[in-house]
Amino acid sequence: MSSVNDQGRRDFLKKTVAATSVTVAPGVVLHTLQAQAEPRTTPVTDKVRWGMLIDTSKCADGCTDCVEACDRENGIDLVNKPEGADDALWERQRPHWIRHVKLRDNMTGRITNLPLMCQHCEHPPCVDVCPTGASFKRADGIVMVDRHICIGCRYCMMACPYKARSFIHAEVAEKLTRTPRGKGCVESCNFCVHRLDNGQTTTACQDACKHQAIVFGDLNDPQSPVSKALKQYPSVQIRDDLKLNTGVRYTNI
Amino acid sequence: MTGKRSITLLAILVSGLFLGLGAAFAGEAVEGTAKADKLESCVEPTDVMRRRHFEFIKHQRDLTVHQGIRTSKHSLAGCVDCHARKDAGGKPVPVNAEGQFCDSCHDYAAVHIDCFSCHSTVPGGK
Amino acid sequence: MKKVHFSEWGVESPKYWGLLALLGVVIAIAGAATWYMEHNGHWVTGMTNQIVWGTPHVFAIFLIVAASGALNVASIGSVFEKKLYKPLARLSGLLAITLLAGGLAVLVLDLGKPDRLLVAMTHYNFKSIFAWNIYLYTGFFAIVAVYLWFMMDRRMNKYYKPAGIGAFLWRIILTTGTGSIFGFIVARQGYDAAIMAPMFVIMSFAYGLAVYILVLLFVAKMDGREVGDKVLFRLKNLLGVFAAAVFYFTVVYHLTNLYATENHEYEAFILLNGGVYTALFWIGWVFVGNLLPIALVYHPAIGKTRGGIIAAATSVVVGGLATVYVIVIGGQAFPMAMFPGKTIVASGYFDGVNGAPFLYSPSLPEVLLGIGGFALVLLLTFVAIRVLQFLPVSLADEAVDPHHGKS
Repeated sequence: MSSVNDQGRRDFLKKTVAATSVTVAPGVVLHTLQAQAEPRTTPVTDKVRWGMLIDTSKCADGCTDCVEACDRENGIDLVNKPEGADDALWERQRPHWIRHVKLRDNMTGRITNLPLMCQHCEHPPCVDVCPTGASFKRADGIVMVDRHICIGCRYCMMACPYKARSFIHAEVAEKLTRTPRGKGCVESCNFCVHRLDNGQTTTACQDACKHQAIVFGDLNDPQSPVSKALKQYPSVQIRDDLKLNTGVRYTNI
Repeated sequence: MTGKRSITLLAILVSGLFLGLGAAFAGEAVEGTAKADKLESCVEPTDVMRRRHFEFIKHQRDLTVHQGIRTSKHSLAGCVDCHARKDAGGKPVPVNAEGQFCDSCHDYAAVHIDCFSCHSTVPGGK
Repeated sequence: MKKVHFSEWGVESPKYWGLLALLGVVIAIAGAATWYMEHNGHWVTGMTNQIVWGTPHVFAIFLIVAASGALNVASIGSVFEKKLYKPLARLSGLLAITLLAGGLAVLVLDLGKPDRLLVAMTHYNFKSIFAWNIYLYTGFFAIVAVYLWFMMDRRMNKYYKPAGIGAFLWRIILTTGTGSIFGFIVARQGYDAAIMAPMFVIMSFAYGLAVYILVLLFVAKMDGREVGDKVLFRLKNLLGVFAAAVFYFTVVYHLTNLYATENHEYEAFILLNGGVYTALFWIGWVFVGNLLPIALVYHPAIGKTRGGIIAAATSVVVGGLATVYVIVIGGQAFPMAMFPGKTIVASGYFDGVNGAPFLYSPSLPEVLLGIGGFALVLLLTFVAIRVLQFLPVSLADEAVDPHHGKS
């Protein structure tokens, strides 16, 4: 961990020195993040916290558009069943970043549909338990796995209250440049971090949802659509008893 | 040039004996089809790259994963993008395939690389 | 009291080498199973994205827990000054080391990236109890090795007691750490309980002592060493106490859970309708692991026979494996309660639809790896007692009992 931190510190110093001389133009610093369509050159900061609001009343029964979009965006559809693997067992072993869940209220019988993925907690249990620091939270609130130091112990999967993580159970023949993936490491939804780092401001699931059930954006920016929606509608966190302050919130559960 | 060609051809035939399977996806790489083949030197002087490329890649790796910095000067994606050759049909050949850019040196130096158990070996979409 | 003499294991060469060869074969099979799993990936195992820790973890955790417990015999001698236990101390320290080595080997070989062990040694997240355990385990090796050295080297004998106290405290912390791996998991109903840590400590007392008794009786029988009733009855009575203590913790754990409505469904799963987990709980954990050994040990007739004592120790081991299985796998099989008051009626990825538990069936390679861990423990132990003086020449009543003849 120390090498990463040292590097971070060194780089941060370098960048701040550079920034003072270059970004004197007023008001640019904060908003360039959204505006730039170029790959990032500066470290992400906690000025931004990415988050999501999901309106379950708009989420349609039987619709899996967001799931399919995620699979395509992140190369999950390229993960093939190994030859000789048992179908039912493999189904439980293949990776999943987002899934459609349908709930029925025990008392009223009311049905709710919602997509469930990594909730990008402010205090993620997966980060607490990871022995090597491979499971980490980026400054901008995205919880992800550094595959380079993941040893595949799966303790994070034990600790995640949302069952959001997947272990890669087999060799992956074909992978995308934007989403590296290999046997023996753990992974989960990262809010399409490659998109955000390259200047885009939407996730694949959000773009794919024709019902506009997903609003994504910067929770720290009071003017962002997600902040405005959160202010306007009552929302809940799944397992709010754990006080994890999730980045993904739901309305109408 | 023709001498080189025939050596390449010979190499193809010999290596084909050994790895019939590996060649099933892309054909044999054609020399000069990688972007790097047309360049004088890499992102740093050649001797520096030879000695320190892994440090550059590792440094960039931590910056990218932990800080979201996506500049491509020292990125592995950049290496692959520039150094992967294409076969006669224009299909990219994995940069770590036998005899290709990464493998040719690493095989000689007997240094195992773990990059491509996760990373794409051909230039791909961002 | 006469001075205690120690000697190397004197079993005849053909038997010794035959034994080593047998264990070697078991370990080789486990090695092949490991290679098969690591080469292909975990899809060849029964483990999934729902049941992420499987049979290897059951064996590994059992062995690691037993390791710290095996040290108790030595601790009773040096920390609590019970003279009767002093001749038993060397084997106790040795078993602590070999059991831990066996357990860690299994744990490490099941990692998704066992080749990255170096990463685990160089990157630490100190909020992780797992990272702490890496220190606790390596520290345990070192501290017990020093303890053994001070025990066995006459010049260092004067430091023997502080080393013993250090090792004792360390092992309590270590097992607390192992229990906390589960105790700290807030996400799952079956874990997230502070009682996990002390329960693991008391489990370690029982499992470690059971393994100790079995190994002691076996090696003594093989080279005709006498183990007197005084020593053996003391050990078996202690085993009965430990088994009863595990039972007590089991009762408290489930009673406290039953008090809170939020845990009722989990308790129903383990105690009533969890299928294999319910069966393993009652038959394996409670009956074979707790009640049967207590009955055997304290039975006026059976409790005084070698066979009865061996049966009791064996049932503690078998029941212990069932206990760890129920904790590790049963705890994961119960679907997480993400939506209180609601039932998941459909899910794109196995969320316990209509409360159905997650499926897991152990695969052969997983079991072979686990058994290989046991074989490694025995192999290391047998080699060590053959080359160094770990075993007392005699444990006959008159050789060990300071009060022999007085009472």
